[in-house]
Amino acid sequence: MLPELGQVALLLALLVATLQALLPLAGAQRGIASWMAVARPAAYAQLLLVAAAFAILTHAFVVQDFSVQYVAENSNSLLPWYYRYTAVWGAHEGSLLLWALILALWTAAVARFSRRLPDAVIARVLGVMGLVAIGFLAFLIFTSNPFTRLLPAAAEGRDLNPLLQDPGMIIHPPMLYLGYVGFCVPFAFAIAALLDGGATRQGHDDRQWRDWLRWTRPWTNVAWAFLTCGIALGSWWAYYELGWGGWWFWDPVENASFMPWLAGTALLHSQAVTEKRGSFRGWTLLLAIAAFSLSLLGTFLVRSGVLTSVHAFAADPTRGLFVLVFLGIVIGGSLVLYALRAPDGDKDASFAPASRETLLLVNNLLLVAACAMVLLGTLYPLLADALELGKISVGPPYFALLFLLLMAPLVLLVPFGPLTRWQREQPSKPLAMLVPWAGLALGIGIAAFFLAPQGAWKTAAGLAGAAWVFAGTARFAWSRFAIKGSRFTAEMLGMTLAHVGIAVFLVGALLTEGLSMQRELALSPGQSVALAGREFRFDGVERRIGPNYIADHGTVRVLRDGRAIDTMHPEKRSYASGGQVMTEAAIDPGITRDLYVALGESLGDGAWAVRVHVKPFVRWIWFGAGLMALGGLVTATDRRFRRKEAAP
Amino acid sequence: MNPTRKRRLWLVLALVAAAAIATALVALALQRNVAYLYTPSEVLRGEAGAHARFRLGGMVAADSFRRAPGSMEAHFVVDDGDARLPVVYTGILPDLFREKQAVIATGRMRGDTFVAEQVLAKHDETYMPKEVADKMGEAHRKHDVPASAGAPAEMQ
Repeated sequence: MLPELGQVALLLALLVATLQALLPLAGAQRGIASWMAVARPAAYAQLLLVAAAFAILTHAFVVQDFSVQYVAENSNSLLPWYYRYTAVWGAHEGSLLLWALILALWTAAVARFSRRLPDAVIARVLGVMGLVAIGFLAFLIFTSNPFTRLLPAAAEGRDLNPLLQDPGMIIHPPMLYLGYVGFCVPFAFAIAALLDGGATRQGHDDRQWRDWLRWTRPWTNVAWAFLTCGIALGSWWAYYELGWGGWWFWDPVENASFMPWLAGTALLHSQAVTEKRGSFRGWTLLLAIAAFSLSLLGTFLVRSGVLTSVHAFAADPTRGLFVLVFLGIVIGGSLVLYALRAPDGDKDASFAPASRETLLLVNNLLLVAACAMVLLGTLYPLLADALELGKISVGPPYFALLFLLLMAPLVLLVPFGPLTRWQREQPSKPLAMLVPWAGLALGIGIAAFFLAPQGAWKTAAGLAGAAWVFAGTARFAWSRFAIKGSRFTAEMLGMTLAHVGIAVFLVGALLTEGLSMQRELALSPGQSVALAGREFRFDGVERRIGPNYIADHGTVRVLRDGRAIDTMHPEKRSYASGGQVMTEAAIDPGITRDLYVALGESLGDGAWAVRVHVKPFVRWIWFGAGLMALGGLVTATDRRFRRKEAAP
Repeated sequence: MNPTRKRRLWLVLALVAAAAIATALVALALQRNVAYLYTPSEVLRGEAGAHARFRLGGMVAADSFRRAPGSMEAHFVVDDGDARLPVVYTGILPDLFREKQAVIATGRMRGDTFVAEQVLAKHDETYMPKEVADKMGEAHRKHDVPASAGAPAEMQ
């Protein structure tokens, strides 16, 4: 009975979303207050209904209702209780329901925290979010119903994909979706602004328009912070769960989440320029459309099955058509609207070539170029296939090389941004402040180049880049503190944290790439392998029984100078339900290095194929991403964003 | 030409030059890192000849996998239903690597053997790489892959 109620809740949510979209949009166009007033209650009602549907599906998982097809396919009576909750978003239908739930959450939050916006603006913003909700709810109900019954009910479920039976998977998809869907807010705002025409019409109050934009900035920052967390969690999960020891594979699905991140990062910066200076108005609107469109494209790429990828879990191409049409309507519609209503660039505030505006323009160009590069490399195999040029794949070196080329100038420019004044600056001023730190960074780089045991270029570039960004950012913070009476706002603190995050990330990414050591070899019990000054002794494998799997539980002792410093237990698990085999790597984490041991396969006579890595500073990758996300959140708390009148 | 126009002209020229360099770089990087997918029969017909490094897709033939005791060198045969090609790979194979299941190996031909540097297997019970499925409709039936072998396979 309950699953049918869930179905009804979804249908009602679709109806409410239709109301939330059509009435307020029409009301705002015609100036009918009572139609616009529908927006807020509809947003709350939608959240209630989608949350009810989600709770009912969760209940079906918890009580193991195998008469629901989705539950039967993604759960099993042996599944531990905590994975029963997370199994809800373990596959296609449930993750779409999660998407819809998060959209409803964001919509309700917008409805709640938008008191200071004019009614017409908020009606349009909520209306556009309602349109997006219609698309996703219709997709759920008509192509991917999670409540479809299985008759007769299955006696036993097929089990959750073992790759997803992991704590990292509990929070990775919600975080990622909070980011993806969060970009719907600046998108809805951009569409509302274009519909309103306030950005374009002659004689319109420019200050008011910027006041609305100030309202969207914290939303963009929060969405971006969640997306950053989501991507970092995904990378961390791939690192310890896939058993290959890599942290980023330039896999199509990773790219799908990385493209909105790049566009979103550009958007953060361009929104700041538009809000503070009134420049780049058209560009900011276009970026807002791009960031959300790329989020939708990401969903399409992952969920349509057109891509071969380590993440493409049993995808279904028939659903692709729906998402493709939806994508076409959203992107095509927004771009047509943009073409008709784009703001006139001549109204933008002017700035000199040497100014913070120029630096942020270069930042945007580089980030957007990187995004386009990733898009091309990700879609090229699809294009080649459609044009019958053969089945091809684009290798990671393409992405790695071009990304490095595009991001190197950005890293060089980061410290200049905060130290350069708006509108016009003497180039000698920020240069004078930064020259000593450039010298220091260069010195560190040269020393690293000659001292590094291997990977000299990457090590040197990583340390020099990190020192440069860190010192340059610290110089900015110092210059603010040194002036008596000058304020250090939350916005500045957030920016400082995020830029320091870049430095930390650079250390992690480039040192791991440059200095990692790995061996893959056959070891019999008692044999050992030496790596990076440590001795890894393989002490054999024993059988262990887990809740829903049988494991080959290995023991590897790590010795340094003959002294045991650690005992590690890599596992090879065989899951009871599907017979799937999973590698559980053993990791000894550390600030300066990770030790990483994974079992390959049994080679007979107690010997095993063993993979051993020593990965210096690998943790700094995720720590840096965490700092960036924290920076985004801190920026969003700035009091200025919540005041109605513009600060001078 | 007045100064404003002159400045605009330079700006446009600089943008065109930057775009040209970027396009050239991207094209070069793409060309170098693209790997084509071939089946064993295509390889044996010489179609892969032009590409030194390519991806080989097909099924791991039944009873073809062997590894010398205590050695990391693995030998197996990739089969597309019409032709078979021996593959050698040194290292740990992915968890889902099995006989009679789809596999994609990246590497080069050395003599009559394909030397793989990377081996990818399908990623769960119901999923088969679409490109392999597209390429070997025939092999599918011959190798008795269950009908549920993934929605991508049903698309053909």
